[in-house]
Amino acid sequence: MTEIPEHLLKRAAAARDKAKVEPAPAAEEAPGDSRIPAHLLQRSKAAKTSKDAPAAEPAGAVAVADKVGAVVAAGPAEGGVPIGAGPGGHTQRLLTVVKSGTIQDVKAVPVDKVHTWPHLLAAEFVAALACTALTFVFSIFVHAPLLELANTNQTPNPSKAPWYFLGLQEMLTMFHPMVAGVTLPGVGMIALILAPYLDRNPSNKPEDRKFATSIHTVHLMFWAVLVIIGSFFRGPGFNFVLPWVDGLFFEL
Amino acid sequence: MSKIIDDKPKPTIGDRAKDAVDGVQGSQAWSSVFRPGSIFRKGYTDSPRNRSYVIMNSVLYHLHPVKVKRHAVKVSYTLCLGGLSFFLFILLTVTGIFLMFFYRPETTAAWNDINNLQTSVTFGLLVRNMHRWGAHLMVLAVFLHMARVFYHGAYKPPREFNWVIGVILLMLTLLLSFTGYLLPWDQLALWAVTVGTNMMGYTPVFGQEVRFVLLGGAEIGAETLLRWYVLHVLFLPFVIVIFMAIHFWRVRKDGGISGPL
Ligand code: HEM
Repeated sequence: MTEIPEHLLKRAAAARDKAKVEPAPAAEEAPGDSRIPAHLLQRSKAAKTSKDAPAAEPAGAVAVADKVGAVVAAGPAEGGVPIGAGPGGHTQRLLTVVKSGTIQDVKAVPVDKVHTWPHLLAAEFVAALACTALTFVFSIFVHAPLLELANTNQTPNPSKAPWYFLGLQEMLTMFHPMVAGVTLPGVGMIALILAPYLDRNPSNKPEDRKFATSIHTVHLMFWAVLVIIGSFFRGPGFNFVLPWVDGLFFEL
Repeated sequence: MSKIIDDKPKPTIGDRAKDAVDGVQGSQAWSSVFRPGSIFRKGYTDSPRNRSYVIMNSVLYHLHPVKVKRHAVKVSYTLCLGGLSFFLFILLTVTGIFLMFFYRPETTAAWNDINNLQTSVTFGLLVRNMHRWGAHLMVLAVFLHMARVFYHGAYKPPREFNWVIGVILLMLTLLLSFTGYLLPWDQLALWAVTVGTNMMGYTPVFGQEVRFVLLGGAEIGAETLLRWYVLHVLFLPFVIVIFMAIHFWRVRKDGGISGPL
């Protein structure tokens, strides 16, 4: 048994009472009592007459309406048709028609798609395996460094930050620490965050974005070169050395 | 009589194996683990309907839609870099948990623990190596992922905010790598972190204060080691997982992968 909400039960009871009080509202005045509003009847009648040749029998529409009215009016009295039934005894009504595209966003262009399984998952699986294999094999042959126990009193020469910070350390040799360690990386980070809001060009075609592409490449190359210099071309005292002459001063 | 029995073809090992597999895969326990459409279920056949079910009826639905744009599965588009960053994170979590069993974040114990791990724990050296090289590889992968996103203009509307999440992920990745760098407590760790944190101290207004809180004192010491350990194994992984979840969710909500170009 489905639960019928209380307000609906009340509404049904009220309708039943009303039907009892004024029993079978006079089948005689059927056309007038039709549940179709008078002005709509009027309109359809007019339409019918104007569509048909003026000579055609104009009573057609009226006759239908008469019949409908009779059914509706007769309904409650006979008890066969539920209260509130529409013309022809329907218990549902068409309230409105929502055309596609008015409420929902209908994608007009179908996108060319493939199934994630197996097309994407298989590729991901292979990539993950290859990545594990690479790390595994590399780890068998190359060992992670473990130098002597940390000693705060003995500064190694040179002392280097992890490689991804060596660009910054490299800039320390050129600028005041405040500029090299804070201002420049800060500006860089903020510029990076703001990139999507600064770049107003809507196209993602490489040929339309030559400026953005160049400036980003220059930016990447700038850091890559600094990191490479800091990693391989800096020796004791963080002085410039040539790795093939003086050897490597670099630990990962 | 005996002839009739002999006529029955003797089941080969292959037949027996197939029966056994069918028996297991048809059992209630097995079917309760693998939902309808799973490739591990009995009688899986390759049909469009089952291809959809593989995703829709499994936990993978949290990561992937049932269908993706055709160009998005070309390795040449993403170069798998975002996915590999994520996968390396998983690999680092697994190897990192292994390392945690043998490591104490105390200045008197840390170096010895690492040394013992390498010399007397089975696979200890291998797992430590994988953790270290995996970490460097992840930093590299995230950098390259960012570069590929930039060159594809994939940060343009509606993906601006996912780029911002990405920059946060980049910083978290660097912080994870940097906090881990200190833990072996050797000369390399101590002095690399000294150089790194000295730079931070130059930040105006709050630089010194932040440095003091992070180091647990004016200089690197026992407090620093404990703090960075907690940051490295608990706090930062927790935060980065949350941001990764938002990152992946946004990739889908922004209409999947960008492009084609
Ligand atoms: C821990 C680090 C990160 C992980 C695990 C990660 C993961 C992912 C994954 C799996 C994708 C799907 C596409 C692909 O594989 O290329 C993606 C897309 C994306 N990522 Fe990341 N990402 C990370 C860092 C970043 C960074 C540093 C940025 C940028 C600053 C970024 C920006 C984006 C953007 C904008 C997309 C959408 C790309 C498109 O629609 O083509 N992510 N990320």
